[in-house]
Amino acid sequence: MSETAPAQGFFTEEMTISVGPQHPSTHGVLRFVIKTDGEVISEAIPDVGYLHRSIEKIGEKVTYHGYVPYTDRADYLAAMFANQAFCMAAEKLAGTEVSRRGEFCRIIACELNRLASHLISVGTFGQDIGAMTPFVHALRERESINNLMEEICGARLTYNYIRIGGVGYDILPDTLTRIVEFLDHFGPIVEEFNRLLSGNKIFIQRLAGVAVVSKEDALSYNLVGPNLRGSGIKWDIRRDIPYSIYPELDFEVPVGTAQVGTLGDSYDRFWVRIREMQESVKILYQCLKMLPKGPAIAKVPKKFKPPVGECYARVEAPRGDMGFYVVSDGSEYPYRVRIRTGSFTAMSIIDKLSKGIMVADLIALIGSLDVDAPEIDR
Amino acid sequence: MQALLDQMMKDGAFAGVPREVVYAIAMVLSAVVVLSVFVAPLAGVTSWLERRVWARMQSRVGPNRVGPQGILQWLADGIKNIMKEDIIPTAADQKLFPLAPYIVFMGFLCAFVVIPFGADLIVADLNIGILYLLAVTSLVVVGILMAGWSSNNKWSLLGGMRSAAQIVSYEIPAGLSVLTIVFLAGTLSMQGIIKAQGWGPWDWFMFHNPFTFCAFFLFFTAALAEGNRTPFDIPEAESELVAGYVTEYSGMRFLFFFFAEWGNLYVIGAVATTLFMGGWQVPPVTDNPVLLAILQFVTFFLKAYFWVFVAMWIRATLPRVRVDQLMSLCWKYMVPLSFICLLGTIGFMFISDQGQRIVGALTLGFAIATVINFFRRVGFQFRAAKPELYWRPHI
Repeated sequence: MSETAPAQGFFTEEMTISVGPQHPSTHGVLRFVIKTDGEVISEAIPDVGYLHRSIEKIGEKVTYHGYVPYTDRADYLAAMFANQAFCMAAEKLAGTEVSRRGEFCRIIACELNRLASHLISVGTFGQDIGAMTPFVHALRERESINNLMEEICGARLTYNYIRIGGVGYDILPDTLTRIVEFLDHFGPIVEEFNRLLSGNKIFIQRLAGVAVVSKEDALSYNLVGPNLRGSGIKWDIRRDIPYSIYPELDFEVPVGTAQVGTLGDSYDRFWVRIREMQESVKILYQCLKMLPKGPAIAKVPKKFKPPVGECYARVEAPRGDMGFYVVSDGSEYPYRVRIRTGSFTAMSIIDKLSKGIMVADLIALIGSLDVDAPEIDR
Repeated sequence: MQALLDQMMKDGAFAGVPREVVYAIAMVLSAVVVLSVFVAPLAGVTSWLERRVWARMQSRVGPNRVGPQGILQWLADGIKNIMKEDIIPTAADQKLFPLAPYIVFMGFLCAFVVIPFGADLIVADLNIGILYLLAVTSLVVVGILMAGWSSNNKWSLLGGMRSAAQIVSYEIPAGLSVLTIVFLAGTLSMQGIIKAQGWGPWDWFMFHNPFTFCAFFLFFTAALAEGNRTPFDIPEAESELVAGYVTEYSGMRFLFFFFAEWGNLYVIGAVATTLFMGGWQVPPVTDNPVLLAILQFVTFFLKAYFWVFVAMWIRATLPRVRVDQLMSLCWKYMVPLSFICLLGTIGFMFISDQGQRIVGALTLGFAIATVINFFRRVGFQFRAAKPELYWRPHI
């Protein structure tokens, strides 16, 4: 209680609320300090750093091979992409060729991981809006993917599968048939999910026209991945700066189409993810058909010493452009590792978008941007 | 009951005790018995049922460890919560904070006084039955607002305020829909309303005319909103307000809120059954009074639990609306619609009996066609269902 005399007459004041870091829908440990007038937010300041684990600094202390498991932790929902980005950077530095079968195994694992990550994203998004069942159904499907991942690389979450020069283990024929079985089953499940959630009137009403990101804002705030494409900008690293075997594959880049409201609203970002899942299924079918024979990993020296230099490798992760900037001083250890992730830049736009929306919309906004705490802080 | 007591007093039991005291003690005792034997298990079993039904809809298993199929789960939960420490935050209002759960609980418990489980199974057939019910269930909002305010927590406050706005608004369409039926039945007494209906769907008020059919859905929606059920569970919206007005509560006090919520769910079903679905009315199959009472009780129970199930189904399916959408739904659509239903029913009562019969039959036909169409539309889901996935989710 303040000791000043109470103000005379009728007066209102803004309420300052701390959302998180233990709030149920902040997807990990995010924190926002919001100022509200009743339910209407006038300011939401993101507070990052609760999940900082010095992954970049660790990179300077371990060898190139030894750093791969650490990259898993950069974004535990999409560990495969961080693996791949780092390995691509290391390969670029040393000029290592990746075995062709290894490239295919990488893309199969990555696209499966993209499915898993998007399932979590759209499922928890449904839960943020209040629909509980789609979340559990999404996790059920993700569980099948985890089982497949376990068969592929022995781990369910932090894979450490992609190594410099290829992949750790070849994908066995049995596993390949099980992946096909899963894909056959998964296609209709996406449609069921759409019937249950995406087409729901309440769900659409909650999201249409909420937290609209214009094309200009999306570019100036450096949004990437589905958040950028939700605003109608066709930019996908897989298509525009092709890497690995993506040039050989045939797939669409879904962009926001103002499906139910304004271009770039929360629903568009959600809908882009749903359609990306369908595209991933298409990519997986193609990869499985084209999978060549051969070794899964190229010959790479145990003592991996790239020549002096620096390079930047980027992949299209589920949360957008993920890049590893690696500087080598010619020793066994990287001189510097820098990770660029999509969620971190997505956080910066929340303050701008949250002015004048309601508390419930802020939750929808965070969910639609699919920000992921470990990826923000590294 | 009263006759029994009078007889006992005549026989010389309770000699020297004033008549009124005997009545009062008997009433308290019967209230305790009703509470412990009927209401508590009812709310508890409803909570277990909700978790099981929900789990099945989400391809999970749900609680199945305590008792057969986990039916005693609510007992285990209750014991666990009673044995927890009773925490009252230092910043909270020391008087109102402990009191709030009991007010909520009382609001729902008082409703059981007028719920007619059978022709003779009713605590008190008040002549203002349905009015009394609307009044005491509004008591819940006082408790929730009290909880939200006294917790001295911003999330609780937001939850309490949302709840107050919501429940007060939705009282109006609910009350107007109830009024529609009161006009038709010509009485406020719960038993009177049931006696004005018959055992067959063609005699139910729900299918009496298109306006009452509409009024039923208005009533059910408004009742869901009053009971803080999804899609109107914004006062405790756990993804927005952490836990809304129950954020600071723990242990048994926390449980009391949910006790009331699940009990309320049954009350919603029971009132919908009484007003619109013929209550305990059964076909005249037996003259045995005991058998008849059991039959009526079971009929009433099944009808009420059908609507409880529908509420669970809705909760598992729908997302949550936003608070401004909730208000606009109430004031822009439901209140005008319920006025139309009320006026339409009044006008309809001028039609001749034969005309009423024909329109009633048409309404019933329309309702049956709707149900058939619904199952036709979801039929592909059943055909496409993968048994190993949908029926045995735990494999």
